[in-house]
Amino acid sequence: MTTATRSLVIEREMPHPPEQVWRALTEGPLIKEWLMDNDFQPVVGHSFQFRSTPVPNWNGIIDSQVIVVEPNKKLSYSWGSLGLESVVVWTLVATEGGTLLRMEQSGFRADQEAAYKGANYGWQNFIGGLERVVSGLE
Amino acid sequence: MQISVEVVFKALADPTRRGIFERLTRDGEQTVHALTQAGSVSQPMVSKHLAALKRARLVRDRRRGRETHYRAQPEALSPLFDWMTHYATFWKGRFDRLEDLLKRMDP
Repeated sequence: MTTATRSLVIEREMPHPPEQVWRALTEGPLIKEWLMDNDFQPVVGHSFQFRSTPVPNWNGIIDSQVIVVEPNKKLSYSWGSLGLESVVVWTLVATEGGTLLRMEQSGFRADQEAAYKGANYGWQNFIGGLERVVSGLE
Repeated sequence: MQISVEVVFKALADPTRRGIFERLTRDGEQTVHALTQAGSVSQPMVSKHLAALKRARLVRDRRRGRETHYRAQPEALSPLFDWMTHYATFWKGRFDRLEDLLKRMDP
């Protein structure tokens, strides 16, 4: 069981220095240009929202909280939507040609506020169990 | 009708329910009686958990004589995979937009 099967990872090398990529990831007006409208601030513990156009059955809002801010290196925030909470981690590594940017979304689990038994159950464990169940099908 | 990912997540959030589902997946069709004997949970609780799994379409039941038999429907897990796929598509699109933005930011 590897981490990759339990989370979503996207990696891409950008021909720009980490400082520039960091600005695009952490400055509200810049984040809006490529991701979503937001009231993000690069402060650990800051609660904010990503807002996109509402669609049927979804108000277009992602509730988030900043978890990690290591300038030019690492940024992490929670990502809560439709009662499901996950964590997004951005990692920046300087390379010869620019920056290796990695995004990992993981820890899919039920919203803490959802009032039901087992709300704190780790979704990583669940996805691991799921993998066993699915491999048992073959 | 497609069951939402949230319903599937919630049904499997409870460790006892997940245990029942995994057992049905591993060992095939079982009666409530057999499932109760296998675990440390009372029969009414097992029935309650099975009802929750049934609402999420994770199990199907069939009555034979005096006993109801349950079996797992692992294909009901597909909303979870759809959801992951949705996010994979979403983030790839956003990476493209980020690349465009970085180009425009260049002096």
